[in-house]
Amino acid sequence: MKKFDKDRLILGFAGPVLALVVALALTTVVLLASGQNPFEPYRIMFESASYADVQVLIINQAGTYYLAALAVAVGFRMNLFNIGVDGQYRLAAMMAALVGASVELPGPLHIALIVIVAMLVGAFWSGIAGFLKTTRGVSEVVSTIMLNSIATALVAWMILPKNFGEQPPGSNNLTTGEIAESGWFPGLPMGDMAGEIYGFTFVAAGCGVLYWFVLNRTRFGFDLRATGASETAAQASGVDAKKMILTSMLISGAVAGLAGMPTLLGDTHTYSLDFPTGIGFTGITIALLGRNNPLGIALSALLIAFLDKSSASLDQYGYEKEIATIMQGLIVISVVVSYELVRRYGIRRQQQKVGEELAAGHALTTEKEAAL
Amino acid sequence: MRRITRITTVGIASAALALSVTACGGNSSDSGSGSDGDKAAIAYDIGGRGDQSFNDAAYAGLEKAEKDLDVQGSEAEPSDGEGDADKVQRLTELARSGNNPVIGVGFAYAPAIKKVAPKFPKTTFGIIDDASVTGENIANIVFNEEQGSYLAGVAAAKVTKSKTVGFIGGVETPLIKKFEAGFVQGVKDTDASVNVLPQYLTQPPDFGGFSKPDLGKAAAQGQLDKKADVIYSAAGLAGSGAIEAVSKAGKWNIGVDSDQYQQKGLAPYKASILTSVTKDIEDAVFNLIKSVQDGKPQTGEIRYGLDKNGVALSMSNPAFADMKDVIAAVDKAKQDIIDGKITVKTAP
Repeated sequence: MKKFDKDRLILGFAGPVLALVVALALTTVVLLASGQNPFEPYRIMFESASYADVQVLIINQAGTYYLAALAVAVGFRMNLFNIGVDGQYRLAAMMAALVGASVELPGPLHIALIVIVAMLVGAFWSGIAGFLKTTRGVSEVVSTIMLNSIATALVAWMILPKNFGEQPPGSNNLTTGEIAESGWFPGLPMGDMAGEIYGFTFVAAGCGVLYWFVLNRTRFGFDLRATGASETAAQASGVDAKKMILTSMLISGAVAGLAGMPTLLGDTHTYSLDFPTGIGFTGITIALLGRNNPLGIALSALLIAFLDKSSASLDQYGYEKEIATIMQGLIVISVVVSYELVRRYGIRRQQQKVGEELAAGHALTTEKEAAL
Repeated sequence: MRRITRITTVGIASAALALSVTACGGNSSDSGSGSDGDKAAIAYDIGGRGDQSFNDAAYAGLEKAEKDLDVQGSEAEPSDGEGDADKVQRLTELARSGNNPVIGVGFAYAPAIKKVAPKFPKTTFGIIDDASVTGENIANIVFNEEQGSYLAGVAAAKVTKSKTVGFIGGVETPLIKKFEAGFVQGVKDTDASVNVLPQYLTQPPDFGGFSKPDLGKAAAQGQLDKKADVIYSAAGLAGSGAIEAVSKAGKWNIGVDSDQYQQKGLAPYKASILTSVTKDIEDAVFNLIKSVQDGKPQTGEIRYGLDKNGVALSMSNPAFADMKDVIAAVDKAKQDIIDGKITVKTAP
């Protein structure tokens, strides 16, 4: 085992911190350029985040984002770019809601059934892309984007009242019907006004631990990382690369399916036309920012959720809340740039160190020679 | 080694900058509440203010209340793809800061209002386009869109020469299907030989069909190619693309929600806008705010139909007003609907 490497840790933190500072500075420039007070929006955002109900909202949102980002990260570790997390998430949430609303089982069983259906549907949908990649060599980037659109059309068709959906009387919404109370995941109440933290948020945290364990402490995780680093090298050492591609795609989809569960089981208890969308794309940002590291992803998920929720009240004070969107975009760009900078710097520093050590070793021998 | 120091200096400098940024923010004044007058708030639907249609009409109502009733108005916009929890938080915040009434624009606010309304029994909550959540302090503002669309169908069937008319719906939701149902029935009741081409721009949850004019333009182009000469677009901002295409082809448009003949953004195409199916969200919002101020807040279902001019066919285009036989047919159909002789379907 390698000892605790201080250098690596500092370099690991340098990337995100540099990115955040740059993004913050650029956002301030944007605010200045548009003739607005460049500091007030930050103050409002921090003030709004000091309310308990906003904090609960941030944590709940972060749980959803965390699962979506884990789904993306599993692919990233394998050098697979699963852009279809959003479609997998929506289709899975819808099917799970449908199955959940049509049966009534004792509590834990009901929840387990809904969760399993969501994972299976998510895995099935990403599995199509995995299958196409392994058998026909279709790029997963292209196929998952297309599958997103197909998922949209499929969900829109299935939710029609003449198929599986229903339209509550007096409403203009379409839903899949309400899941019976036995299928609700109990939350952690945080007081009358603050609402409750979805119970599934804790499951999300557990998934993070599982992700870390599987990747770093199992043979499978090693194979996955090896294939991601170099497919040919992994194959040469006896890893079945195709099987790995398909498996990691399936896992990625199953986790994507879980991403809808905090909202479905903890809040809406039904899938309707206004079920949150775009979670999968935010997941990509978060996985990038968190460097595919379970802890890093957790922090990034909290950060992005903070930007999302604390900016919501900006427009009541006369500021555009799109400031937060601009900031998120800037974070993504600066993350990519700053990681590359830090990586290059790290390599150069390593070379320098090795060079110094070699030079020092040489000096040592010459000293010895001189002593003789 | 020199390189490290340079990077550290940059890092420290930018961190210091960031810190000074946050420190400076503290001493600005609070810009929120001011006068002691009544406060009213609206929370917008997808698209927010500036959509030339639904949300803007609600804003017009608030603006009118600000002017005529001396009410202090607040607005809040949703973010793309948000969930119920965000809406609950938005309404809670608006209610907590003393706004009364708090109005949710659009059916998507229903689950949120169901949760928030019981917590603020003294605040009136309004919701537009939904009658599924009810409560003592909830006012459900709903419109008979199908009735206005029926009249548009009558006019279209009378005006068409090619015996083909088009319907463009923004997003295929039950609400927009009401528009289609009324329109198709109006056309068929007037002249069964006229062919209606219905088309939707996007499927939910892709709500781009309400906001992307290029989609409306392409759809209109397709319908024009199929010989349609009157096209009714119920597609929010996307409808402006359809209006542009139809106008260039020298055919007739039927607008939606507000009187689009008089809209500034559509002025170059106004001559082609035969009429618009208006939905009086402005007055609905104003009336609700006024009722709260008068101490008799509206509750329950408030339905705006043809009888109250809550939905109507606009007459501002002189070319349309001159078509005497068309107007006569429309007026007769209107009277028949009000008298209950014609029942308009709400689903195609």
